Amino acid sequence: MKERVILHSDINCCYASIELLHHPELRGKPVAVGGDPEARHGIVLTADYIAKKKGVKTGMALWQARQVCPDIVFVPPRMDLYLRFSRMAHEIYAEYTDRQEPYGIDESWLDVTDSVSIKGDGYRIAQEISNRMKSELGITVSIGVSFNKIFAKLGSDYKKPDAITTMYKDEFRTKAWPLPASDLLYVGRSTENKLRKIGINTIGELALCDERILNDQVGKMGSILWAFANGYDDSPVKVENTSAPIKSIGNSTTTPRDLETDDDVKVVMYVLAESVAARLRENGFRCRTVEISLRDKDLYSFIRQKKVKNATNITSEIAEAGYELYKQYYRLPENCNVRDAAISGKYLENFYMKPLRSIGIRGADLVNDNYWEQLDLFTSPEFREKRMKADVAVDSIRKRFGFFSVQRGMMLGDTILSAVNAQEHTIHPHGYFG
Amino acid sequence: MGDDKVYVDVTARFTKDGRLIPVNMIWKDGHVYEIQKVTDVRRAASLKAGGVGLRYTCLIDGRTSHIFYEDNNLWFVESR
Repeated sequence: MKERVILHSDINCCYASIELLHHPELRGKPVAVGGDPEARHGIVLTADYIAKKKGVKTGMALWQARQVCPDIVFVPPRMDLYLRFSRMAHEIYAEYTDRQEPYGIDESWLDVTDSVSIKGDGYRIAQEISNRMKSELGITVSIGVSFNKIFAKLGSDYKKPDAITTMYKDEFRTKAWPLPASDLLYVGRSTENKLRKIGINTIGELALCDERILNDQVGKMGSILWAFANGYDDSPVKVENTSAPIKSIGNSTTTPRDLETDDDVKVVMYVLAESVAARLRENGFRCRTVEISLRDKDLYSFIRQKKVKNATNITSEIAEAGYELYKQYYRLPENCNVRDAAISGKYLENFYMKPLRSIGIRGADLVNDNYWEQLDLFTSPEFREKRMKADVAVDSIRKRFGFFSVQRGMMLGDTILSAVNAQEHTIHPHGYFG
Repeated sequence: MGDDKVYVDVTARFTKDGRLIPVNMIWKDGHVYEIQKVTDVRRAASLKAGGVGLRYTCLIDGRTSHIFYEDNNLWFVESR
């Protein structure tokens, strides 16, 4: 088989770079994207290089970041803007290959094997992409050029920002092998510790180790990691274009007062589902799993999820699935009586659960509009189609006349709860094997 | 937003093959600038003003200027 040419392109400090592009006055200052600076909560999603140099790390609480870097500027995240940039980046990639596999919002693998005869070698294609990203989008990328996905990713991490690193077959022994084993995809903290116990610190040591010893130490991942380190990874860059570039879209809120009845929960669930579903529709995604998170007033929290019958971005389907999950796993005091408690053998006050303080709902397992599926005999496609059209109509009314111009009847029952801010949202990237 | 980004009113025309060409723009002091010629159209980022869009390289008063058409349907120029 002809040797493949795989690129891995990684947008440097993605969120921070995009914000810096739009805020020229912040350039040269330590900047972090994350949280809501006004409401003293939240964490750092991305920091720019100046802030990183001072020790600010992704995942830090905002107050921690301010401790290590007092003059840091926080910018609230604008996820829709980042998704738009991600799409524009994919458009540029698409001019070099039809085989691109997004890994999260800011990274992509590109199989450019078939473009090499027209455009020149992998390095030249990488240069062209890098230049275009700079001039057309105003952001920099790090690109790794290699013969497989693992080393391409290693290459893009090798030197940052704005760099191109090759990891060809005659190079990886000198370039990749001296790197610490933890740089390899899927060597996390715990695997790293296990490897260190048997004296493996670098990727080279991992590659030269006996595969069986690795398997004994870290389980079946041992063989996979061994193959990764030796450059035997032959996993293809996925052509299928039904997977969404992100893993899930969710929304959560802490309500102005604790939720004590089913109706309270229902109102909030619908408010959140409206914004989740609207964002799914806006980005052309549908979800196949609905997940809810519940937190009671003593801050005890848990998550439950279920598959939905058909991939959906219909508000009411998502809200109904969320509400069903809630009914299945949660009992508010109003739904309990002494008899149920007696049957379960618990005191009444231990049997029911506490009023809820915060609720979240999330659409996960996303697919895009190209996804097709088997129709179901027992659900009516016409009915779903109608609901879909109704949602689209509501979207366009809201776009023109504002969010509160059209509302569900139930929202009028409790105007305090239905006015909760459903803007906060989280977007999670994919895993490698997903 | 920095002071370098100036949103402007633009009169534009659609050609029959669907292209959008700016004809003139009104600067913030009210002066109308005729766009004599569009020499180049491409997607580009403006690091100075802070934004991304379709960049029209135009000849205005005999000088080359850039006008950007952002995807929020607004036109901006980099102030000098």
